[in-house]
Amino acid sequence: MRMLKTLALLAAVAVAPAAHAAGEAIALPETRFSSDGMFGTFDRASTQRGFQVYREVCANCHSMRLLSYRNLLEIGLTDEQVRAVAADVQVQDGPNDEGQMFERPGRPSDRFRRSFANDAAARAANNGALPPDFSVITKAREGGARYIHALLVGYEDPPAGFAMGEGMYYNRYFPGHQIAMAPPLNPDQVEYADRTAASVDQMARDVALFLHWAAEPELEQRRQMGVKIVLFLGVLGVLAYGVKRRIWADLH
Amino acid sequence: MSIGLHKSEFSNPVIRWVDSRLPIFTMMQKEYGTFPTPRNFNYFWNFGALAMVTLMIMILTGVFLSMNYTAHTVYAFDSVERIMRDVNYGWLLRYVHANGASMFFIVVYIHIWRGMYYGSYKAPRELLWMLGVVIFLLMMATAFMGYVLPWGQMSFWGATVITNLFSAFPIVGSHIVTWLWGGFSVDNPTLNRFFSLHYLLPFVIAGVVFLHIAALHITGSNNPLGIDPKGPQDTIPFHPYYTSKDSVGLVVYFIVFAILVFFMPNYLGHPDNYIPANPMVTPPHIVPEWYFLPFYAILRAVPDKLGGVVLMFGSILVLFVLPWLDGSPVRSMRFRPVARIAFALFTLNFFVLLYVGGKPAEEPYVTISRIATAYYFAYFLVILPLLARLERPLPLPESIARAVLGRGGGPIPMAATAKPMEKA
Repeated sequence: MRMLKTLALLAAVAVAPAAHAAGEAIALPETRFSSDGMFGTFDRASTQRGFQVYREVCANCHSMRLLSYRNLLEIGLTDEQVRAVAADVQVQDGPNDEGQMFERPGRPSDRFRRSFANDAAARAANNGALPPDFSVITKAREGGARYIHALLVGYEDPPAGFAMGEGMYYNRYFPGHQIAMAPPLNPDQVEYADRTAASVDQMARDVALFLHWAAEPELEQRRQMGVKIVLFLGVLGVLAYGVKRRIWADLH
Repeated sequence: MSIGLHKSEFSNPVIRWVDSRLPIFTMMQKEYGTFPTPRNFNYFWNFGALAMVTLMIMILTGVFLSMNYTAHTVYAFDSVERIMRDVNYGWLLRYVHANGASMFFIVVYIHIWRGMYYGSYKAPRELLWMLGVVIFLLMMATAFMGYVLPWGQMSFWGATVITNLFSAFPIVGSHIVTWLWGGFSVDNPTLNRFFSLHYLLPFVIAGVVFLHIAALHITGSNNPLGIDPKGPQDTIPFHPYYTSKDSVGLVVYFIVFAILVFFMPNYLGHPDNYIPANPMVTPPHIVPEWYFLPFYAILRAVPDKLGGVVLMFGSILVLFVLPWLDGSPVRSMRFRPVARIAFALFTLNFFVLLYVGGKPAEEPYVTISRIATAYYFAYFLVILPLLARLERPLPLPESIARAVLGRGGGPIPMAATAKPMEKA
């Protein structure tokens, strides 16, 4: 049995790093999020502030094509607020009876509107770089929300002798350290309705949490269900073991 | 075999009516009720049943996922995310299916490990073992094609790398690759045929599993001692003894499965697969899913492409001839002091291969992968054949009952000789 335990341990050790083998990541700062851990949830106030940061800052370049305005109900916006947010943008619809495309105010069922008509337009406006879509960004980056936060606060002067490309910015946490995105956040860039001080760190935390919610909107429901199922299975396991003992009792 | 109605022993008139025309109840009773099974299984003997259950989970979740999936390069990624967001419990279906693949391989690797440790591949179970290797190969093909379907970056580039392996074969290689792709690169025709085959192969697996179990029920199960049951005192009926024991293992298995699905659903996946496939951008490191890493390491251990491909396929094909490479008449490694150590090293070596398979192809990983590849093959082709001649096995116990109970037989439990239960 000891050999088995050793093997099980080895398996765990071998699989864990292997699964995330690619890319040597720089150690990210130990930021805590309300969504951390087995029972973490999305702090609604922070998530809503994060949406504000996304809407006022990030959305100028970054799309979130998989989200609809109606999804914002899940982070605690009221129906009126969602309708107002949606109506704030003009979306193209049509063709109408005359065969013409037309613009109308957005509805909750519309997907988040994209600032650029297409990828080429986005590149043209961004020094050739394509701002990635944010729908599942925390699932698509090693480190998730923690990485997003680190990236946003990770701008600094390049070390002496570091050759920078033209129009590039040095970022401590970006792979290769050269990022085409200018530092997007400045202190007090947004004005939070709840009067939270809008430091760069605070905005970065909020928007990272918002993006985490956007990538995994099922997270809270999933964890709640998981707790119930594991508890149920625990009880069932005890019963199954008891039954097995009873049945086997006459064999020994 | 005589023609005519089967003489059913069931008293329920409906069951009796059916059973005398189509004796499935008698068959179930014989194969899963009274089926004589060695009395000394340990919990490693759960894993065949666990694999069976996992196959059913995969087929069920897969059928429902496919109702909402669109096999087209433009829509595939978004349709998967639509399942995650807008389909009722779609996230649950998808995470169970995606993590189910990992669980399936964990279970099957342990199942194979158990077969190798306790010598379950030896006569008379060679064909049973070979059918198992066929299932393993089919699983690998199915899992590979399934991973392509979400059409993320790793889907696309994994498909590109793996299908390109066939180009290593001289003359016909490039034609095979074009034929596999259905075009001149991995594209929509590739995705379509992979989806079609990914839906088909699980049912082929189910068919081979049926043969695997049919063969098992001819030879009977091996056991941790590796000696044949010599009489009724050595066996117990499958039900209720092993149905109850399998239930315990199943619940524990489900707990592990649930923790993965509900609390760390993306732990075993690669973040790059949440980036939509882009033929113009190659990821810095292309790595397959974790369960392929040992074989990926063998592939990359050889500097020559064809050599690597041959060794990689060879590393699985060698399993087909394992029953004849290991000529030792002693099945269980409990009684093989030297082979036991060699096999422990083989197991360790497998994890080393898994580890280096996930690392970039640079030093020291290349050298480690070469040594590990050499040991992988040496175990099968050199160590086992040699040990069959040189090793002196420990004395085998006289019988299972004597080894388990410490006495020569003991009272036969009532249930072991009981008639088929009234309610089947």
